[in-house]
Parts: sequence; structure tokens; C-alpha cells
Amino acid sequence: MVEMRMRDALREALREELLRDERVFLLGEDIGLYGGSYTVTKGLLDEFGAKRVIDTPIAESGIVGAGIGAAMAGMRPMVELMTINFSFLAMDQIVNNAAKLHYMSNGQINIPLVIRMASGGGSQLAATHSHSLEGMYAHFPGLRIVCPSNPADGKGLLKRAFRDDNTVIFIEHTANYSLKGEVPDDEDYLVEFGKATVVREGTDVTLIGYSGSVHQATRAATMLAEQEDVDAEVIDLRTLRPLDMDTVIASVKKTNRAVVVEDDWKFGGFGGELSAQIMEQAFDWLDAPVARVSGKDVPMPYNRNLEFAALPSEEDVVDAVLSMF
Amino acid sequence: MSTETQTPTTLRGLTREQADHFLHQMVLIRRFEEKSGEMYTKGKIRGFLHLYTGQEACAVGAVNVLEERDKVITHYRDHGHALARGLDPNRIMAELYGRVDGVSGGRGGSMHLYDVEKGFLGGYAIVTAHLPLAVGLGLASNLQNEDFVTLCIFGDGSVGEGEFHEALNLAALWDTPVIFFCENNLYGMGVPFQQSLSTEISTLAEAYGITTENVDGMDVVDVYHAAKRAVEHCRAGSGPYFIEALTYRYRGHSMADPELYRLKEEVDEHRKRDAIQRLRSEMVEAGWLDDAGYQAVVDRVEREVDEAVAFADASPEPALESLFDNILAEDARG
Repeated sequence: MVEMRMRDALREALREELLRDERVFLLGEDIGLYGGSYTVTKGLLDEFGAKRVIDTPIAESGIVGAGIGAAMAGMRPMVELMTINFSFLAMDQIVNNAAKLHYMSNGQINIPLVIRMASGGGSQLAATHSHSLEGMYAHFPGLRIVCPSNPADGKGLLKRAFRDDNTVIFIEHTANYSLKGEVPDDEDYLVEFGKATVVREGTDVTLIGYSGSVHQATRAATMLAEQEDVDAEVIDLRTLRPLDMDTVIASVKKTNRAVVVEDDWKFGGFGGELSAQIMEQAFDWLDAPVARVSGKDVPMPYNRNLEFAALPSEEDVVDAVLSMF
Repeated sequence: MSTETQTPTTLRGLTREQADHFLHQMVLIRRFEEKSGEMYTKGKIRGFLHLYTGQEACAVGAVNVLEERDKVITHYRDHGHALARGLDPNRIMAELYGRVDGVSGGRGGSMHLYDVEKGFLGGYAIVTAHLPLAVGLGLASNLQNEDFVTLCIFGDGSVGEGEFHEALNLAALWDTPVIFFCENNLYGMGVPFQQSLSTEISTLAEAYGITTENVDGMDVVDVYHAAKRAVEHCRAGSGPYFIEALTYRYRGHSMADPELYRLKEEVDEHRKRDAIQRLRSEMVEAGWLDDAGYQAVVDRVEREVDEAVAFADASPEPALESLFDNILAEDARG
């Protein structure tokens, strides 16, 4: 195990995959000379050259489409879209081509493509640059949605993404890039998709998060234990498609209460899907309605205080939990 | 004996074998489309059906320059390209019927035909969405040090889309072996082309530094020679190539089109340029074909199309249990 930050763990995954499989190559905006806008790809151009680390023009639809085409021809590309906000410009390629070609061709065409993008608010970038769209992408059958919360998962899930024969939407929360953690240095270290983890065991309530919100849930659990004598269990979903409901349901059947924590808007967000599935599968075990702690229903404001008020906080989670007892 | 020695060995650069093949393919496409329209009115084919009638010279002239390792990727008016690429007419018709023996197992329908083994990577029903894919195929060809060429076919309706410009720029920037083949049939659905673009199509391609040429899309020989130059250019590693073929569709945009935007006289005028009749009369002139010979082609095609309909009629509906098959790659069940 080596301690490293999320951005370094992701870079190590890319580097190892580039070394392991000559079909792997990287396409993206500012991934080469600039080193990646979050420095994830720093140094890779020097090491692997301009044929495998390709700086592209700002043309989201074009480069995602090029990734899909290269994948159709047997390559294993990764496309970096800088941030999830820009992925709206590539929506048709992702939704109509990447997610559907395998099905529409009756299994003849595979699209083994990794699309990386940074997500989340909290950096005072205002409404166009602060989206959390994990749930929106999870809406579409035919895609894998991966959203790691820590460096070890970041590396293991990203390496796993390159081994998949489907398109993987790999979403990195900007607040997590500098997060430190122990990371296995084994080249074959992979984290399987569809396996949630219990980050903290507890008996009174289940807090469910993914990506950035795992940390709010964990901090809330500490506050609940220290200040309120409530023992919360925290689950990190890791991937939204496939979704590990078994781990969630087992926990809810033990604690009888569930709170979903996410940056996404509550209205039509992924938390609604989780609450519905918990209700469908564990209604008789619930002592309170499933609660959702989400981003406020507003375009993200620039002002620091307003933005803070629009994002879910650990205090919101604590309040939601206390209202269940 | 003396007449035989006067028979030319080539017709504007086509061998007799090629001319026979082109004529057969164009007649097959024409009849296949007419029959598809018939089957649509009978309710055997549903959804959207876009017929290729009138544009046959484009598919036949362009697709036939390719080798087995090359790829074809095209728009939703795709039956003609599929037939020209040698996909089984029986399985194409079965796909239009939505049956299990269809080239896409009944999942795609008319607009989404695929046959990966034949390098036919699909019809695409979102206008222009396949142009970036063609760039990716070209990029893979370069990265793999292969020299397969991708023929990317689209209509004049594509040129107003942003992706058209992104794709042309990337293709030129990365020297990808892609032939951009624009079938300009003068209408984007019902909007005349002149109302859609502020300049000429070839001007756009040239602006990206792409070698460009205009051809008569109702002349299979012209199309063939242009496409041949394009393949040689791509194969030599000289980057993409752009062809604009001026053509015309005889039928509406789809079966649902009442054709309020054009006059019957206009259609009749374009029918005088008909590609099949043109090749036929040139072959007659060359002494390669007579009425009986042409009738033999028509009869052969009639049998092929009847067989395709019989095959589609006999093919079973997909099993309901197969609904969830192939959503994800490892979901493939047997």
C-alpha cells in the first residue's frame, strides 16, 4: 500500500493500463501539453508520446464520437471531457451511440470506451460549471456509471473500466482530487463493478452516498455518534450502474432507516430511484420514510454563501436522521 | 465474329464484368425498394421507411471500390448501401420486417442495419452522428498501422450540423483515411438545400484542407472513378477525401411524406437522368447488352426480391424472452 492523492491514483491507473494494453490510448482536451486540467494526465504525453496521448480541439461531440469509432475498430480508448458540464455537448454520442450500438446491432458491435469527466459544485464556478449528473447518466440502459469516492477505488475502478467491453462513464468529484488514501500498488488491483462497500458499520440508520457525498455522510455519522448517540452505517455505492441494491437492502433491514445523500438535485435525481427501490424491496422493514438530502432545487449560484446554502451539508444529514426518530 | 472484335473491352474504364455487376446491383436496389414500399403499405414493415430509389448510382459506384477489410458507415436511408456491400437481401428484408433473422435481429429496423463481418457498421438515424465515428475508425486504422479505409456516407442535410464541422476538422487534423461521401439529393427532408446552406458543400470541405470533388451522382461510372481516386488517396496515407454527389430521390423522404414541397414535374425531370437507364443504354451502345439481356437482369432481380420477401415472411418474430439480450456486452446469452 502506498499513500497517494486521488489524482495520482487515477494517473497511476492510466499509466498501468497504457503499459499493459497497446490498444489503450487517450484522447481529450488539454490532456497532453497542459497535463490535464486537474493534472490527472500529467507526464503521460512525455512517457507515451503523441500517438497514445492525443490533445484534441474543443469538440466534445467529435472526440467522444471518435472514441466510439475507434472502439468499434478494436481499440480501447479513453476520452477525457475535462468536466461533466461539457458532456452535454456530447450527449447524443453517449446516449444514442455508445449506449445503444451493442443492443441495436444485436450484439455485433462492442464499444469498450472509458469517458472520464470531473463533476460537482463547491468551487464557485456558478450554474453552468457545477453539475452533478451521475444520476442522469444512470438513467440510460447500456452504460456503466462509475463514481469513486477515494483513491484506492479510483485506481481499482478505473483499471477495471479499461477491461470492460462496454462504455464506462467515469465520474470524478472535483472535491476528491486532493483526497489522500492508501492505494494498493499491485498492477492487477481491480475493483469490481456493482459492489458497494460499507464504509462505516452502524445499527440505527443507513446513510447512502456515492462520489463526493460519501464524505458528507461519513462526517455526519461521526457527528451523530459523538453528539446524538446515533450509530449510523455508511454505504458507498461506488457504481450506479450496475447498482448493488443487495448491500443497501441488507443494511436497511438491519437499521430500519435510510437516508440518501447526494449533490444532485432532489427532483428527478438518483436519490429518488434509491428510495423507490428501498421501498419496493424493504417496505416492511422501514420505521420511517426514506429521506433524501440533496442539492437545493436551484441553478448553482456563484456567491460563496449562496453556493454553500445550495449544497447538501453534513448538518443537513444529521437533521434528516434526527427527524426519523 | 467481326462484330465481336468491334465490341470494346471497357466502357468509360469499366470492364464488362463490372458493368454487369453494377447494372444488376442498381436494378436489385431499385426493385428491393419498390417491394419494401409495397410491403410497408401492406403493414408488413412498420416504423420509418426511407426509400433509396433514384440514388442507386451513389451506393453502387462508391461501395464497389472498397476491399473486404474496408468499412462502410452510413445514414438511415441505408438499404442501398447494405445491398451494394453484399449483405444478404433476405436478411435485410427480414430486418425491415423486425424478424429474428434480420441483420440486426429485429432490434434495429430499416434505419439501423449492421453486418460487422462485412464491414458494414451501420445505418445511423440521428443526422450526422456517424461522421465522428468514421473519424474514430480512421484513427484506429492509423494507430493499428492497418490501411483500411472508411467510406462514410451522409446526405446534404448533414452539413448544417455542428458535428459535420467537428468531424471534418478532426479527420483532416489527424490525416484519417476516411472518404466523406455526401449524397446531395437536394432536400433535407422537405427543406430545399439552397435554404439550408449559405455556401457550397465543397467549399466547406476545401476550407478544412480536404481534397474535394463533385460528381454526377446519377452516373455510376463517374461515381466509381471518383471513389476510386478517393480510396487511392486514403490508402496512400494522404488523409481524408470528400466527394459531393449530386443525386435525386424519386420517392418522398419517408413513406409518410406527402411531398408538398416539390412538383411532380420536377421529379419527372430528374427521372430523365436515371442511372439505371443511363448505364443500360451505354451498355447497349457498347454491344454488351440487348433487350433480352436486360430482361434477364430484371427477371433475376425479381426472383431475388421475391425470395427475400418469402424469407422475411417465414422468419419468426424474436422471442419475448430475448428482450433484455445484448444491452451490455457480457449480457450476451448464447
